[in-house]
Amino acid sequence: MSTPAVAASAIAREAGSLRHVFRWALPVAVILLVVPWIVPQYTAILLTYGLIMAIGALGFNLLLGYTGLLSFGHSAYFGVGAYVVALMVKYLRVGSMELFLLGAIVGSVIVTAVFGFVCVRYTRIFFGILTLALSQVLWSLAFKFFWVTGGTDGLRVPTPSLLAGLATGTGDKTDFMSHAYYYYVLVIFFACVVLMWVIVNSPFGKALQAIRDNETRAEFVGVQIWRYRFVAFLVSGVFTGLAGALWVPLNGLTTPDIMHWTFSGEIVFMTVLGGFRSFAGPIVGAIVFNYLKTYAVGYTVYWQLLLGAVLVALVVSLPTGIVGTAERLAARWKKGG
Amino acid sequence: MSLLVTKELVKYFGDTHAVDHVNFTVKHREVLALIGSNGAGKTTLVNLISGLFPPDGGQILFRDRDVTHESVHGRIEAGIARSFQLVNLFDQLSALDNIALTIFSRDHKTKKLVSLASADGAVWDEAYEVLRLFGLDAKARMLAGGVSQGERKLLDVAVAYALKPKLLFLDEPTSGVSTREKAPIMDTVTSVVRSMGISAAIIEHDMDVVFNYSDRIVAMHQGTILADGTPDEIRRNEAVRTTLIGTADAH
Repeated sequence: MSTPAVAASAIAREAGSLRHVFRWALPVAVILLVVPWIVPQYTAILLTYGLIMAIGALGFNLLLGYTGLLSFGHSAYFGVGAYVVALMVKYLRVGSMELFLLGAIVGSVIVTAVFGFVCVRYTRIFFGILTLALSQVLWSLAFKFFWVTGGTDGLRVPTPSLLAGLATGTGDKTDFMSHAYYYYVLVIFFACVVLMWVIVNSPFGKALQAIRDNETRAEFVGVQIWRYRFVAFLVSGVFTGLAGALWVPLNGLTTPDIMHWTFSGEIVFMTVLGGFRSFAGPIVGAIVFNYLKTYAVGYTVYWQLLLGAVLVALVVSLPTGIVGTAERLAARWKKGG
Repeated sequence: MSLLVTKELVKYFGDTHAVDHVNFTVKHREVLALIGSNGAGKTTLVNLISGLFPPDGGQILFRDRDVTHESVHGRIEAGIARSFQLVNLFDQLSALDNIALTIFSRDHKTKKLVSLASADGAVWDEAYEVLRLFGLDAKARMLAGGVSQGERKLLDVAVAYALKPKLLFLDEPTSGVSTREKAPIMDTVTSVVRSMGISAAIIEHDMDVVFNYSDRIVAMHQGTILADGTPDEIRRNEAVRTTLIGTADAH
């Protein structure tokens, strides 16, 4: 191999370097592993919610951050994941988390494929409005077909068994959720993060970024725009559906609220808050948003007002999101040092 | 034998006959210049051939195959690539990434979801080689949006070239760059085209560039072909002299 060729490969490896990723991912992983043993159970459960939402936000950001498509309908896929689990409990008497996940993946693939087929032919506001409208259709179905979905009362989901019955939540539910279920979610979270990282750094991910940057040029280097958008939509929806399936046993109940467009807005907000231009942005945004929302709800009945004000202040002061700002400050510090 | 033939190609925009029954050819291994005043139909003709929009009538044959109703992707597969009048790059990707992505796409590797792009050394090596060919290797790490206008123009051509086309359409490769930069850009582009044995059709307004670098010139006027010939023939052509070049004695 010639010298320039070595240089080219080195540049490429540097861009997607595992060592670079491990530098920050490893300490975070260690902290996440010890969390249930050093924080109160309630805090660990809140973190579990945060990790679940982070999976959904990661999926959402494949569309926004990497493909340039702003969806206002991701509540639909989250809801599909949750309702598939609830309906499996109601009609099939299933209690295995692995079967829940399988069912949620199948359900979200079907719904996302149908919605994606319609939506990805459009971009910008047309795409956003279509996704929103379709998610509202699902919301109204969940709302109106109460004999199936339980209407506004929703459907209850009991504590599931994990790892084919190896761990069951027959004892203290709080203890189960803050330890066994936390680690279950954490493993899936790690798997999702690794998978998404590989996807965005794959040739497919490069093609998505090309579509985001310049659709016309992408077409003229041979990228078949519609197909790539469709696959991105599908992957994005399945990640969010998976999040919905993990969320519902933790919450114990699913209602049509999680399919409402305002919940899609929350997914958008947590992604923007963390920074949609960075891989870790949606993860950080989801966890921070979850804590902010929980404490705002506990602090005042006017929690929406408080949360809105805090979030507006954060977004205005940190336009590139928490992670984007942290990266900029770190780069400045490194330069100065 | 011709590489590309258009037969009675037509495109109307309302009452405007942008391309009006044009019979246009590009031969194997030639550098052809497409000249004409603004609105003559040059870019529209290239847009029709490259598939940006469909014609209202006529036929496009490429290597004896009818590609009139082929998608952009299909035409790229057949061997037609293009650059753009207004530079069209992936500005948030590095220069190297711009080329590498093109190679991944050309080799159908962008379908791979679960493999790291950085692990495919052959693609990155080829991408670097393409940059070196166009004198852009020193800019490999820079964002495409951050290099000079002249370099962006070259990178735009390099991206099209990385598709390994048989025919390369270059839409005003020297527009918007300083006079000093024009010759190096054209030297680089034409030497790459000639050394690789491919054909290029270049839309150009600068007559020095046109007469110095092309084997054949096609002059367009009001959607039709006004003249077609060697640089000497075009220089002497009365219709071209009065319509496009003026007195043209300087050439």
